[in-house]
Amino acid sequence: MDDILEILEGNARTSFEDLAKLTKRKLKDIKRIVKQYEKKGVIIKYRTMINKEKLHSERPVVALIEVKVTPQKDVGFDQIAERIYRFPEVKSCYLISGTYDLLLTVEGKDIHTVASFVAEKLAPLSSIKGTVSHFMLKKYKEDGVVLVKKERSSRLAITY
Amino acid sequence: MISKRVKKIPPSGIREFFDLVLGMPDVISLGVGEPDFITPWRIREKAVTVLEEGYTSYTSNKGLTLLRRGISGYLKKKYALSYDVDDEILITVGVSEGLDLALRAVLNPGDYVIVVSPHYVAYPALAELAGAKVLYLETKEKEEFKISLPQLKKLLKYGPKAIILNYPSNPTGVTYTKEELRRIWRLIAPSHAVVITDEIYHDLIYDGFHTPFSALKGAKERTILLNGFSKGSAMTGFRVGFACGPKEVIAAMTKIHSFSMLCAPIVSQFAGVESLRAQREIAFMRREYARRRDFIVKELNRIGLKTPNPQGAFYCFSSIEKTGMDSLSFAKRLLSIEKVAVVPGVAFGASYGNYVRISYANTIDNLKEAIVRIERFVRQSC
Repeated sequence: MDDILEILEGNARTSFEDLAKLTKRKLKDIKRIVKQYEKKGVIIKYRTMINKEKLHSERPVVALIEVKVTPQKDVGFDQIAERIYRFPEVKSCYLISGTYDLLLTVEGKDIHTVASFVAEKLAPLSSIKGTVSHFMLKKYKEDGVVLVKKERSSRLAITY
Repeated sequence: MISKRVKKIPPSGIREFFDLVLGMPDVISLGVGEPDFITPWRIREKAVTVLEEGYTSYTSNKGLTLLRRGISGYLKKKYALSYDVDDEILITVGVSEGLDLALRAVLNPGDYVIVVSPHYVAYPALAELAGAKVLYLETKEKEEFKISLPQLKKLLKYGPKAIILNYPSNPTGVTYTKEELRRIWRLIAPSHAVVITDEIYHDLIYDGFHTPFSALKGAKERTILLNGFSKGSAMTGFRVGFACGPKEVIAAMTKIHSFSMLCAPIVSQFAGVESLRAQREIAFMRREYARRRDFIVKELNRIGLKTPNPQGAFYCFSSIEKTGMDSLSFAKRLLSIEKVAVVPGVAFGASYGNYVRISYANTIDNLKEAIVRIERFVRQSC
């Protein structure tokens, strides 16, 4: 992966000026390259990663839902996947190999919201043969970032 | 009660400064000589596993065959170097022990040892503890802190028994191309000097490639290669390294090691085996350091602290001449006024009082903040 993408993936707030210094490129080149990435859809958006576990008052309930579907002629899984991922409750949707076909991450304000989404919106869809819901109890790591325990370096402040 | 030899080693002139830094909270320290990364998890996990499996014993004096075999294969693959697993590799407790063993194995009282300055603090001290006299080969900023061949030629006339080479260098970050090393070897070859190389920063080169000294034609039989996992794999606390060299030298080093140390810690040796497989993690850290170097060298030069571009390690050796301060005063005042720690150049040789060592083994956010503070300090001082 390009240097610029690696830096931005680690910290989306890195300024163009800092990107230029960190990659030994000219400022105008950085701007051009980032714009190209945005245009091509390599960079989709810049967002903040929030540890919602710490937002005690509005901590959402998250469920991983395995969905078994009947693929449709000509369009396979894509059409049914689209019907599902369009729901705002669905935060992610993957086509997977194995016993189930789709894996969803569904978020709701409480357990009843998620349960009623599954029972009333998801399960009744005609192509859906079955669902298995797993409610998330604790997030340890997300997108490569450990959420629960920060590692601390034990090094001394000055050494040869 | 204390031996004359130990008494002769001068106390560090900057110990007091170090104590000052260690006693001050919330300092941004650019004075650290080790990675800011924590050892990659796969290496730590290996250490935990072997502990769980009950590996808590001594190993053979030479070190685990598994590790020596790994090192031999690694050097072969990476540098086309052939070292025999059984009698040309010794596992040591870091390069520090390797250097101590190498010096004690080859030196007789009164022998001369060439130390290239600015130098890592342990070199002259260990040479003197081994009874030798030190000849300093002082490199200069105008020569990019590289060895001057005429000066080397001059010092070789003293008939030194050994020369210690460290590249990439602590504190300058300077390293050498293969051709530059060849020129150095050509001068040393006709002498009887043993070349002891500290190549601990070999994984951390940002421009060009590392060439082990023993890879030069004809140099292997006269070179003791010292290396380890501390810097590239961020394993300083594991204390594990290795020495490679001619059979009789390794045997002599092993003899001392077997009496003084017995062996390197077994858990650390297994961690070393895993480190050889952690090339992806090492490459990630190298990329990070390279970016920080590009950032900080540019910034230091911009604020007026002349800094040659270091090709490796994670240090800059910056000139503070324009501030009019000596390196210890600069470091003390920077610490007390701006709470930024750097290491005074005098720690690395008496002639380097116009320099400070700045370590970029720190997060980019800390480096940015440190630059803001150093710039403010320099402006107010000049």
